[in-house]
Amino acid sequence: MINQTDQQISSSDELAALAAEYQAKQAQYENSIFVCMGTACQSVQSGGVLQSLQAEVKSRALEDKCRVSPGGCQGNCASAPLVSLPQRDLLYQLAQPSDVSAIVDSLQGEPVARLLCDNKSDFFVRQNRVVTNHRGLLNPESIDDYIAAGGFVALLKALFEYSPEAVVEQVQKSGLRGRGGAGYPTGLKWSTVAKARADQKYVVCNADEGDPGAFMNRSVLEDYPFRVLEGMAIAAYAVGATKGYVYVRAEYPLAVERVKKAIRSAEKHGLLGNKIASSSFDFHVEIRLGAGAFVCGEETALISSIEGGKGLPCPRPPYPAESGLWGKPTLINNVETFANIVPIVTNGADWYAAIGTPKSKGTKTFALSGRIKNTGLVEVPLGTTLREMIFDIGGGVPDGHKFKAVQTGGPAGGCIPEEHLDATIDYESLLALGSFMGSGGMIVMDDSSCMVDVAKFFMQFCAAESCGKCIPCRVGTAHMHDMLERITLGEGTMDELGQLESLCDVVQFTSLCGLGQGAPNPVLSTLRFFKNEYLAHIVGHTCPAGVCAPVGQDIRRPKCAL
Amino acid sequence: MTARAAAKQKQIGKFPSDDKRWLIVAAVMRKYGSAQSALIETLHAVQSSFGYLDDSSLAFVARSLRLPLSKVYGVATFYSHFRLKPQGKHTCVVCMGTACYIKGSAKLLQKVDRKYGLKVGDTSADNKLSLLEARCLGACGIAPAGIFDGTVLGNLSDDLVESKLDSWIAESESVSQTK
Repeated sequence: MINQTDQQISSSDELAALAAEYQAKQAQYENSIFVCMGTACQSVQSGGVLQSLQAEVKSRALEDKCRVSPGGCQGNCASAPLVSLPQRDLLYQLAQPSDVSAIVDSLQGEPVARLLCDNKSDFFVRQNRVVTNHRGLLNPESIDDYIAAGGFVALLKALFEYSPEAVVEQVQKSGLRGRGGAGYPTGLKWSTVAKARADQKYVVCNADEGDPGAFMNRSVLEDYPFRVLEGMAIAAYAVGATKGYVYVRAEYPLAVERVKKAIRSAEKHGLLGNKIASSSFDFHVEIRLGAGAFVCGEETALISSIEGGKGLPCPRPPYPAESGLWGKPTLINNVETFANIVPIVTNGADWYAAIGTPKSKGTKTFALSGRIKNTGLVEVPLGTTLREMIFDIGGGVPDGHKFKAVQTGGPAGGCIPEEHLDATIDYESLLALGSFMGSGGMIVMDDSSCMVDVAKFFMQFCAAESCGKCIPCRVGTAHMHDMLERITLGEGTMDELGQLESLCDVVQFTSLCGLGQGAPNPVLSTLRFFKNEYLAHIVGHTCPAGVCAPVGQDIRRPKCAL
Repeated sequence: MTARAAAKQKQIGKFPSDDKRWLIVAAVMRKYGSAQSALIETLHAVQSSFGYLDDSSLAFVARSLRLPLSKVYGVATFYSHFRLKPQGKHTCVVCMGTACYIKGSAKLLQKVDRKYGLKVGDTSADNKLSLLEARCLGACGIAPAGIFDGTVLGNLSDDLVESKLDSWIAESESVSQTK
């Protein structure tokens, strides 16, 4: 194990020397074993595997030769717990504490065939990892590991080699767009905040990942807490802020813990706090916990929540870039946006802009889940097609079922059917299909999902999460939910279907914030692509997928109710 | 009594009860300089110390942060994470995120209702078991997922949930069939 030191870093040279020292320490080990300690792996007792491995290595007196360390997410959560042996280029899946002896044996001898996970499969080789480039081969809680892997080089480069304006220019040139979903150009946002005049500015990291079926931000925060903080510090330097907040969901205890630890160790190294790396730049970061309100992902609601109030959105303008937290100019970016800053500053804007499509640059992480073989976290260049994503990387739909739709964009997104699977994943083309990039949830549905029921599920979510401030959202979502409920019970009429469509319009165009504006999308997109299912419920009183009632049976409630 | 201990004693005198856990809450408020913006952090501290927010604790927080009780109550009821009712000894949270829903978490809840007579938000009559739902745990890769007494478990099946709940119910002899 590498001992944590608290050396203060005051120049790029010192950082490089420290990185070399840590690398040398790591190089002493002939081998290393990383056990994923992400939420998914921990839930299947990867902690036990880690402990057993440590004990096994100790009992064989291999501690000086083999490092056993907690690691980050490998991506394929479906095969958790995952254990990787980077020097041997091996990845083991479904590892149990009883397997540790065989795993340690394989450091020298043959790989353990029954545990092997093919790390040359499409799932791995088709990805392009920029944000998640360490592939879990770092101890997420160790700043030493992060520094050894080139951490904080970008921050010091920005501080000592670039003016704040030059950093903003780099980000603008990179073409990076907001990864929270809306895709607003990040550089433009930064320059607005940078130009605003105020005695105090803030940088806020939006880690209130509320979309059900999305966990990219959780994973990035859990695995790369230092990188997110470094990105925030670079942003603060660029826009002239001295105080930052990470607003993270209380439902992500592991991420909260890791960010807390990361802030502490970065401060000890003089890489956060007062006079960062002995320069004149101060930046303090605090964590604020969300408390289970989806609407707080909206930036004005998030600000109100950090201020200690109810998460109610406000009309914009003024945008937070002009008047945000406590009325001061505030830069709010998503976790993944901040995580992209470090590679941009390190490798240059041109390098980044070369990835992706002309309008959507770079890579994007996605959470693949639902009825798909390889569930987990993947990162692909924007411009990858949905088909590649689902069938090549995701491995397709298991158990002989037939693909029906992929849902992107969370509750504000839409369901995309098979005929549009050759569409590329970028901001514009998803929008054209009535869906939305969103933060990156991608949920695959097969023939066992009823699309009316899915629309009802999202509407129920929006109705429950509506903050209640504006009437179209508060009343409209509840009313739309009732209508969908009636359709799934076979009580809907064609008239009502028309009313549902026009209500979608009203809510979409008159709601105050993104929650209400996006709420009709799941209905609109399922109506667009799966109208036959609505008709089957309304006219035929059947549910083709067998969700509302078994296939072939009438979905209406028996007349002679008890 | 040292000056410090005396100050502590004076502080405890202001608490709703002489429970030591209030010191944790007070420490959190102090960390944020008892600023009104620390309301949510303070409520988190109360809930993680006591399990839920009761009337006296809401009143105490309001007093300490110089906020109207209506505002404290408003915030506590706005956020779904805050609970105003005590929970059972064990809690089972079933994730109702999209991925879990697609993989049948609603059916799991139906089964639990049928077998144990518990709906989401209910606590069993013997106070042993609370059933809750979550919007999304972010454990979509292992859907359907749930949290059993703080531990996330994935790929839940009916049998897995039942065996977990049964083991909690069977913990003591006085098993009273709920509801």
